[in-house]
Amino acid sequence: MASLKKVMEDEIACKEWFLPGNACCTGCGLEIALRWAMKALGPEIAMVTPASCLNVVIGLWPKTAPDFPQFNMAFAAGAAVATGFEAAFKAKAHKFPGKGWDKMTSICFAGDGGTTDIGLQGLSGAAERNSDIIYVCYDNEAYMNTGIQRSSSTPHGAVTTTTTFGKERYKKNLPAIMRAHDIPYVATCSISEPLDIYEKFKKAKSIKGTKYIHILAPCAPGWGFPSENTIEIARMAVKTGFWILFEVENDVLTLSKKSKPLLDPSKRIPIIEYVSTQKRFVGISEKTLIELQEQIDQDWEKISKEIYCQEEYSK
Amino acid sequence: MADTEKWKKINKSREERPKLQEYSCWEELSPIPISLPIDGAMGITGDWRTFRPVIKEGCNKCGICWMYCPEGTIHKKEDGSFEIDYIYCKGCGICAKECPTNNMEMIRESDTKDD
Amino acid sequence: MIKPELKDFLQSEETKIIKGNVAAAYAAKSARVQVISAYPITPQTTVVEKLSEFVDGGLMPGTQYIKVESEHSVLASLVGASMAGTRTFTATSGQGLFYMYEMVHWTAGVRLPIVMSIASRGPAPPWNIWADFTDVISCRDTGWISAFCATHQEIYDEILMSYKVCEDYDVLLPKFVAYGGFILSHTSKPVILEDQDKVDNFLPPLPDEKGWPHIWVDPKRPLMHGNLIMPSGFYSEFRMKIHDALIKSKLKIKVVAKEFEKTFGRSYGNGLIQEYKINDADVAMLNYGDLALQMEEAIDQVREEGYKVGMVKLRHFRPFPVEDIIEIARKVKILGVMDRATAFGSPTGGPVSSEVKTALHGIKGTATVFPMINGLGGREVTLEQQKEQLKILIKINETGELPEDLLHGTLWHGKLEVD
Repeated sequence: MASLKKVMEDEIACKEWFLPGNACCTGCGLEIALRWAMKALGPEIAMVTPASCLNVVIGLWPKTAPDFPQFNMAFAAGAAVATGFEAAFKAKAHKFPGKGWDKMTSICFAGDGGTTDIGLQGLSGAAERNSDIIYVCYDNEAYMNTGIQRSSSTPHGAVTTTTTFGKERYKKNLPAIMRAHDIPYVATCSISEPLDIYEKFKKAKSIKGTKYIHILAPCAPGWGFPSENTIEIARMAVKTGFWILFEVENDVLTLSKKSKPLLDPSKRIPIIEYVSTQKRFVGISEKTLIELQEQIDQDWEKISKEIYCQEEYSK
Repeated sequence: MADTEKWKKINKSREERPKLQEYSCWEELSPIPISLPIDGAMGITGDWRTFRPVIKEGCNKCGICWMYCPEGTIHKKEDGSFEIDYIYCKGCGICAKECPTNNMEMIRESDTKDD
Repeated sequence: MIKPELKDFLQSEETKIIKGNVAAAYAAKSARVQVISAYPITPQTTVVEKLSEFVDGGLMPGTQYIKVESEHSVLASLVGASMAGTRTFTATSGQGLFYMYEMVHWTAGVRLPIVMSIASRGPAPPWNIWADFTDVISCRDTGWISAFCATHQEIYDEILMSYKVCEDYDVLLPKFVAYGGFILSHTSKPVILEDQDKVDNFLPPLPDEKGWPHIWVDPKRPLMHGNLIMPSGFYSEFRMKIHDALIKSKLKIKVVAKEFEKTFGRSYGNGLIQEYKINDADVAMLNYGDLALQMEEAIDQVREEGYKVGMVKLRHFRPFPVEDIIEIARKVKILGVMDRATAFGSPTGGPVSSEVKTALHGIKGTATVFPMINGLGGREVTLEQQKEQLKILIKINETGELPEDLLHGTLWHGKLEVD
């Protein structure tokens, strides 16, 4: 695990790649995610951003905030455009060797709407092809850019403008779907652990094939909490076990540092402490709360069984 | 007279190209809208603040505020201490909340001496 | 099974009897495209199959072939590849083109010189896989250049000319090269495949590792494309530039057609239209696609009966060759326009006939336009039927009498009637 002191010595990590003075909300979770992803990756990338908050927070023409090649794109096209970049880099590396085209990374930085809903087809296609791209989903658990409508990634019980009494269905488990595609690397992150994001992106950059990273990025206006609590809420999501930090490399699951101790149920804080900090869960019923807690406990059961099997298998 | 070759300057190296493109009419425009990276893409976002963070004397230079600042307006100086860029700091308060030694204070803008 | 012939690694001039789809694949190979993205759809499937054969067989070294999961991703991946500065190619048809319609608009908005061959098929429902140009024509407002091919050789030639036109720094627009599904795509004719060196002289490979002049991917000179522009900002003006470039491309199309004729010896009129026996004609028919070729035979046979008829083959629908059509319309008294596509609710029901009428509006001394539609959904149009169509025009010229069975002013010729 990288230490903050060590990271602060790296030249690329010290630079701000997402220039300040942009249109992100105060205390935006997406901005922290992007800032740290870029500190790990550096500028030799081509980033495509399908429709999401990121599309518009960069500012109006002719100004922009990203200090690296970045392209806005239609909603459903994210993963496919990233594949296009990758193919172009390969074609150019063949035609113009020695110009650094083989060192370029192709990234799609999409929101949860552009990943779990409209972009799922493209993402599945890219994963099946094992396109050499990093696909990042920053998850603020709703269509925030258009004004907080529900997406497949909205959790059970959350109020959005299109789930006025709380969402009935559950959060779509994208990391599990991506694991089923047998891609070389799947990881989850939270903005409360920026150095964890840094490490995982550094690792993803070194792997060939489709890499999927899912970052939980709380949204202050969307979830209903004061902007200073963004990090605290992301941290609590991890501590309750609601958001599990792990990485899967070649089908081997490893829990990350902050989630590992939570295999012991007594170490997880009750979900009600997480839920009571956000306005979107105001008026949540007793029944929904129990369902949420049960879901968390079930997910952890599955994970601990899998880890047990893995350990037994490797003996 | 429209300068239809003006847009081609964006093709130059980072140092030589204009920081901000300026066009007066449609004939001068580049074929497609291209944006160049610049600080303050949305203007002086420091104007958004109601409270501003102030680093107090007891700061132990741990760097946690720098790590968590969403905007990237906390900069590390040569001597290892940190300073805040008040031109763009939006005053979210995350740095003050996360400071492990409680040495970041949020002071109301109207109570500060300079602008 | 498929065995790629390694001996044509570098194409030398030869004549092969090949299908229209295969001619398109050979053209993409000759043009040294760098990124291909493909999804199968009848009747275009053999284009992507042949290209796969070339790429996997090592006949196109360095070319990347992306096998995507939908047509929307086809064009999305090409947008990405083209923005990074590579020569790109794909093929699709009917429903596939409709699925990628969002990206069709996007591509023209980014002014990327992508060439797409379309084996045109009729829009569903009812399900139809045969020749009908409604699919390409329904993309007429998007800003793409559109061309129709009448012969197998023309498919090969037009794709080579297309790259030269599209990649010109004053044009920078994407292009459709359309031909009738099954009629040209799946029938075989001799096609002259040109020597690679000769093609490279006419259409050099991309010169620069940096990319296009207006968009590139370069970490040392980072840029961003696709920002929001407010209505009060330059949004309309940027869109104006697309229309301006499309109209100005007319000149480039003509220049390239002349250059092609000089280099390879094959002429296609002036590039925008091709005249056939117009100069002394009283009436003329405007056709596009493969039916234009058969119409030449019909013209010859009707002329033998003593009538003075002529034909103009429309090669490019976008940009619409206004000046050329006006010139033709000055020479004849009746101009029949035969569409093989529909534009529901338009003034004539046929897209090209509506546009011809618009082009001639207010110009004195030009022919009366008689709109017709035939061959929808790949319905066969025989030589006899085409002669009949010419006779109808002749009758209108002589007696002023319009046929009786018009639908809102347009003759839908060759209607099926079952006893």
